[in-house]
Amino acid sequence: MKKKARGIPTWVLGVIGIIVFLGLWELTPVVGLVKAQYLPPASEVLLTLANDLGLTAFWVAVGQTMLAWFLGLAIAAVSGLVLGLVIGMSPFLRRFTNSTIEFLRPIPSVALIPIAVLLFGMKLESSLLLIVFACFWQVLIQVLYGVADVDNVAMQTARSYGFSYLQRVRDVVFPTLLPYLMTGIRLGASVALILAITAELLIGTPGLGKEIVLAQSGGAIAGMYALILAAGFLGVAINGVTRLVQKRVLSWHASVRGEVIV
Amino acid sequence: MKTLKFIGYLLTLPVILLLWWWVATSGEPNFFVPTPAKLAETFVNTWISERLFTDVLPSVTRLALGVLAAIVLGIALGLAVGLNRTLRALTEPVFEFFRALPPPVLVPVLMLLVGINDGMKIAVIISGCIWPVLLNTIEGVRSIDPVQNETSRSYGISGFNQIRYQILPAATPTIMAGVRQCLSIGLILMVISEMFASSSGLGFSIVQFQRSFAVPEMWSGIVVLGLIGVALSFIFQWCERRVLRWYHGLKEVEHAV
Repeated sequence: MKKKARGIPTWVLGVIGIIVFLGLWELTPVVGLVKAQYLPPASEVLLTLANDLGLTAFWVAVGQTMLAWFLGLAIAAVSGLVLGLVIGMSPFLRRFTNSTIEFLRPIPSVALIPIAVLLFGMKLESSLLLIVFACFWQVLIQVLYGVADVDNVAMQTARSYGFSYLQRVRDVVFPTLLPYLMTGIRLGASVALILAITAELLIGTPGLGKEIVLAQSGGAIAGMYALILAAGFLGVAINGVTRLVQKRVLSWHASVRGEVIV
Repeated sequence: MKTLKFIGYLLTLPVILLLWWWVATSGEPNFFVPTPAKLAETFVNTWISERLFTDVLPSVTRLALGVLAAIVLGIALGLAVGLNRTLRALTEPVFEFFRALPPPVLVPVLMLLVGINDGMKIAVIISGCIWPVLLNTIEGVRSIDPVQNETSRSYGISGFNQIRYQILPAATPTIMAGVRQCLSIGLILMVISEMFASSSGLGFSIVQFQRSFAVPEMWSGIVVLGLIGVALSFIFQWCERRVLRWYHGLKEVEHAV
């Protein structure tokens, strides 16, 4: 059995795994393990999803979710980067803000849902408040790690050559920082999707999450599962793209560092 | 002098922020933001009461049960899958999909499948938290240095002993990274599952306060959630330091060289 498995390429096994999963899902309601009205068979859900793909309303919802995701992530990334640089570059500020950051960071952003509702209601800003609060810390912490990782000798050399603050940031700090920043953005990207969907589910800001709630309360259970699958594929796509971007940035970085060390 | 400096760094900014908040709200009353004194008073009145036992403790218990179950299941399944190359290849795409699936969408699904009860809330937490632990365990087991495995084999260490003394320790740094993610997802899911469908619990109370425009009570609930978050992060850091003491020591030695 084991010898045979070695011969089969990994991706074939992966496809077999997916087929087995779908088969089990298909069988569960048929056998009667779970009522079909609660868990429709996989074929029905996939057909509904395929049908959804042709609807404008579906793509509008996806667009709304992605808009909140993108804006929230962008605001968090830029503000996290700028504040992280300013705080990280100054040993005084780093120590001065440490306790406050460590206290604010673990606060779950879903705790802000009531505030978002009171302030903005069912608008995009509600989603943005949650997303920015959650992603900001991811980016800020990584940027702080990155700035702390800057080689002291390189920094002092730059200083003694009379580099200005901005030049030091651009030519010394930023190259070291970049992989850390990318990690922060990659972590933030998946957190941002979670909170975009959460805001839509709970607050009712427009997007995929709201459609899921509507489908559920309207009794369109297959439709609900189809939308959930769509949300999952969105997550897979976001993971894939951010991993690709990070790999590009990191490969450039690693190769440069490699040459310097050798 | 040194401790004084330490305390100064620790407290100055929080004190400044508190003062700023106090000055900003003490003028004319703001509907959305209570004064610090009012918030502290509401906090004590609202939460240091029977609510502690009817809302906070059940929520925290569900969170603890869900997270612990997710960690145990995740590590056990992860070991089983990670040690078997065929199984790993078979399950990888499906697991990757579930990791990428935003966990809050599981709430409506489990409401249907399990019904609205405590079991559903724990199931939501487990089904959302298990993926980072599971996938990190698989990854941790997979990336073990082959020399270690071969050394184990040539010393005749196998089965339970090999898992207990070689594989688990080698995978722990990666597993702990997964556990950290699992904790923050668990907290989110605890709140969401209660906001969605519940008649008790922290999430429910906070939404209830917001719907009845009891703004200071709502803020005090947010403070409770924040405190739980901070407490969780401290507990995690303490555990990590204990579990990974050897690892951090090793890193220090490597960096020193």
